[in-house]
Amino acid sequence: MSTDTRLDVRKTYKLFVGGAFPRSESGHSYVVTDSKGKFVANAANASRKDARDAVQAARKAFGSWASRTAYNRGQILYRVAELMEDRRPQFVEAVRQSEGATAARATKVVDESIDRLVWYAGWSDKVTQVVGGANPVAGPFFNLSTPEPTGVVAVLAPQESSLLGLVSVVAPVIVTGNTCVVATSHQRPLPAITFSEVLATSDVPGGVVNILTGELSRTAPTLASHMDVNAIDLTGIAGDDALATELEVSAADNLKRVRRAPAAEPDWTTDPGTDRLTAFLETKTVWHPIGI
Amino acid sequence: MTTTSTAPNEGTGPATGGWDALPDSFGDIVRSDASLSRFLHGLPGVDQVGAEARAASLGTRSIKTTAKEYAIDLAIRMVDLTTLEGQDTPGKVRALASKAMRPDPADPTCPAAAAVCVYPDMVATAKETLGSSGVHVAAVATAFPSGRAALDIKLADTHDAVEAGADEIDMVIDRGAFLAGRYKQVYDEIVAVREACGDAHLKVIFETGELQTYDNVRRASWLAMMAGGHFIKTSTGKVQPAATLPVTLVMLEAVRDFREATGQMVGVKPAGGIRTSKDAIKYLVMVNEIAGPDWLDPDWFRFGASTLLNDLLMQRTKMRTGRYSGPDYFTLD
Amino acid sequence: MTFDYAPAPESRSIVDIKPSYGLFIDGDFVDGHGKSFKTISPATEEVLAEVAEADEADVDAAVKAARRAYTKVWSKLPGRERAKYLYRIARIIQERGRELAVLESLDNGKPIKESRDVDIPIVAAHFFYYAGWADKLEYALPERGHSGENSRPIGVAGQVIPWNFPLLMLAWKIAPALACGNTVVLKPAETTPLTALLFAEICQQADLPPGVVNIITGAGDTGRHLVSHPDIDKVAFTGSTEVGRAIAKAVAGTDKRVTLELGGKAANVVFDDAALDQAVEGIVNGIFFNQGHVCCAGSRLLVQESVAEEVLAKLKRRMSTLRVGDPLDKNTDIGAINSAEQLARIRELSDIGEAEGAGRWSPECELPQNGFWFPPTVFTGVSQAHRIAREEIFGPVLSVLTFRTPAEAVEKANNTPYGLSAGVWTEKGSRILWMANQLRAGVVWANTFNKFDPASPFGGYKESGYGREGGRHGLEAYLEH
Repeated sequence: MSTDTRLDVRKTYKLFVGGAFPRSESGHSYVVTDSKGKFVANAANASRKDARDAVQAARKAFGSWASRTAYNRGQILYRVAELMEDRRPQFVEAVRQSEGATAARATKVVDESIDRLVWYAGWSDKVTQVVGGANPVAGPFFNLSTPEPTGVVAVLAPQESSLLGLVSVVAPVIVTGNTCVVATSHQRPLPAITFSEVLATSDVPGGVVNILTGELSRTAPTLASHMDVNAIDLTGIAGDDALATELEVSAADNLKRVRRAPAAEPDWTTDPGTDRLTAFLETKTVWHPIGI
Repeated sequence: MTTTSTAPNEGTGPATGGWDALPDSFGDIVRSDASLSRFLHGLPGVDQVGAEARAASLGTRSIKTTAKEYAIDLAIRMVDLTTLEGQDTPGKVRALASKAMRPDPADPTCPAAAAVCVYPDMVATAKETLGSSGVHVAAVATAFPSGRAALDIKLADTHDAVEAGADEIDMVIDRGAFLAGRYKQVYDEIVAVREACGDAHLKVIFETGELQTYDNVRRASWLAMMAGGHFIKTSTGKVQPAATLPVTLVMLEAVRDFREATGQMVGVKPAGGIRTSKDAIKYLVMVNEIAGPDWLDPDWFRFGASTLLNDLLMQRTKMRTGRYSGPDYFTLD
Repeated sequence: MTFDYAPAPESRSIVDIKPSYGLFIDGDFVDGHGKSFKTISPATEEVLAEVAEADEADVDAAVKAARRAYTKVWSKLPGRERAKYLYRIARIIQERGRELAVLESLDNGKPIKESRDVDIPIVAAHFFYYAGWADKLEYALPERGHSGENSRPIGVAGQVIPWNFPLLMLAWKIAPALACGNTVVLKPAETTPLTALLFAEICQQADLPPGVVNIITGAGDTGRHLVSHPDIDKVAFTGSTEVGRAIAKAVAGTDKRVTLELGGKAANVVFDDAALDQAVEGIVNGIFFNQGHVCCAGSRLLVQESVAEEVLAKLKRRMSTLRVGDPLDKNTDIGAINSAEQLARIRELSDIGEAEGAGRWSPECELPQNGFWFPPTVFTGVSQAHRIAREEIFGPVLSVLTFRTPAEAVEKANNTPYGLSAGVWTEKGSRILWMANQLRAGVVWANTFNKFDPASPFGGYKESGYGREGGRHGLEAYLEH
């Protein structure tokens, strides 16, 4: 027994939608425990309508986010990394509680997460040069292909890796100009919640990242079938073939770009490569005559 | 949907009923360099690649049998048979005039050319030979081909040619003035030469090879049409490139649009570089589909050419006899 | 007397159409197990040939042949050897260009000047282009890092192509697939199988190893068997959004890689400062090229109100010079509608356009008695709410809408579930670049339209599909990630 008799103020976390922290419209929340099953906090259990609102917020934010300069988006993401650095102890604690990691291990995860964000931030004004370019067509035409963001991306974040995994799936989506709705790890939402607090105090415009905690069964089908979502990343349901197939079928209704669920959650500590960065890009090719 | 369906004169301006009523309606436009510049630079631009693609595409029309016969005879009737050399002599001009009247001595059904085109000092000779044959005498005047002379000299040149009996005057514009933006000067010169022409028809040569851009060709076309030119003509034949299909395309669009705007028809004359029947037919297809069938007439379309005529005659003979002919069977004049 | 162009028919004696065709499997023409169907000339309704309809067993045989060829031969062949096969095919296509063009026009109904000057030359160019990649794949996708690992083929590709550009779509599918070391089973559309079957002969002529290319003919069922075959690693489809959706559902939960090139309802935006004569050509080329059977057709003309009347007058005059008729006549601008079914759809949507109050206009136009024909048609006074402004008609039918400001033009242009292509006409450079940024479409033609090149990536946003064909980008679909 602690000698401290002070009663904890228990926290009930909310969703992060459009830059604000609303409660779930359903009023539902759920208990988040640490890895040993001990109560940590209440989190909002996002509903279908919360998913809908989040998509609306993401769509609203898309145009201006996509039209910012790449340099500016890179600066903003780098700023997020700075803010995470400020909150290292809080992230370490969240990762410890969520993943049952030792302090040293959790610290390493946080460090890697921040570094990953910095790495992706730097891609903002390079990806166009790497994947785009001039095309030598057989005629008097200027012809240029450039990558553009796909639009609103639904991201089912990894269930296990609650911070490094989260950053690894969100950063490549937004750095290129997409906006997203993230369904977090159901059991381990705390790092995502802390991340949303970082985003709220950063320069990331409201709606660029929207974070929904809760059961995937409530939000994922809505996101997969939503006709105003342009793409979906199914990473968070790794190994669940039945659900993955169901969501992929729904996603086909408006020809969403689908990043399929892997058989098992990937090792997030390895070099990510450009795969996630290019998964949610469209190639636009512009022609113009060359003449006097 | 056939090529004969003439687009009616939709949305035309006032039909002023004849050339004499012309320039007034352009009063505000032609007042100064600035006003002319505003108007001419306000015309829709010409995209080079698009214009050339359109010309090339019309060039792929396949004109066969009856259509080819028609086109060849029409082309012969549109030829301004031309000699513009320092070495021109009365003998050369007489020979040319004879050829224009009877291009194929062996075939009396062969039509005559439209005109012979000579320097002013050869007009009298040409006229003497042509008499009342109906073949016109065209004279290049206004310090042809460069146009680099004072206005009074250009006008004197024109007067000389007209007095010697020229039916048509082919003048050159001052390209220097045009490129320097002195549009009013170019306009005034054309008006003055037109005045000096009296009853003779005026063709205005742009020397499109020196104007360089299709935008300039379109602007020059409107300038010349507003100034009262009866014909607009591509080239002197002394500068390369001379006539091309796309340049002619832009000019045909201009005369088409000018008629829509004013009701007035202006003729078009590509000159220089058109040597084969195949080329000539491509031009006629373009006339047909861009300006319209109304321009398929020697009064509204001419070829400035010399060697073209013999090729037309050879093709004509081939169509009639079924066998290929050779140069020995046609006169070299 | 007037200048009436006399008939100038291209001779069809250069093509030798057999009375019946089997399936091209494992390097040979074989009889199918299923029924057969007739392919006709849409210009005359004359039956050209009987063609085998591949059933499930035939599809399986073709996939097995492709798998064998993949495992034993093609994936093991050095890139430079694959390149030489493709170069060889490209050269044969050039040599037999006239024959291919005539056959394409016969079976498809498109004008010979297009099959001769557009389709077949680009087909050859496409094979030449990808031939050169076959031994340079490690340089193709530098963003994946330089290593041999990243230039591995995927395996067996199942490819389904439409009837609008039969041989060109075949080239877009087969050339990159083979260059990357994949083998293919390709199904041409049921109304236009003949050039694909002639291509099969060309593969034989080139001594391409058996099974590398398999051509199976048939309709929707054959296509379904192909894309759902468990031993297909990659599905490539060009066609309607409806079928694309079905394919995306069919492959859900599998490891099959998919690229889809689907429908469109492109806006062709004309500003008041445009080079109007060329813009009119671009409008005509945008919607009347290939009878409007073009997924990226500029089917919605958005014209700035201040020049709408002038543009429309010019457009109508220009349309009056379009020559509709015999696809084999060298002077034909607009050929036959590809099928009775397609003609019915065009008629239906056009009638709806009229019923919804849009003004319908076509030039006077004498259409042939037999065959499937539709005159070039323009609808004026169309609003975004009209079905003819939203649905893909896939015919020579243009809907004209107006706008006042650039922002309004963008809003209307993007107000569609499709996103394949768009056109912009203005002489102002900065406005072109602004528009190009704003338009949500995979291809933006500025001051031009309907240009295609093997080096230029092609493909859509949104419901126009995903993946790119053409250029370096086109290799991604056929290389392992």
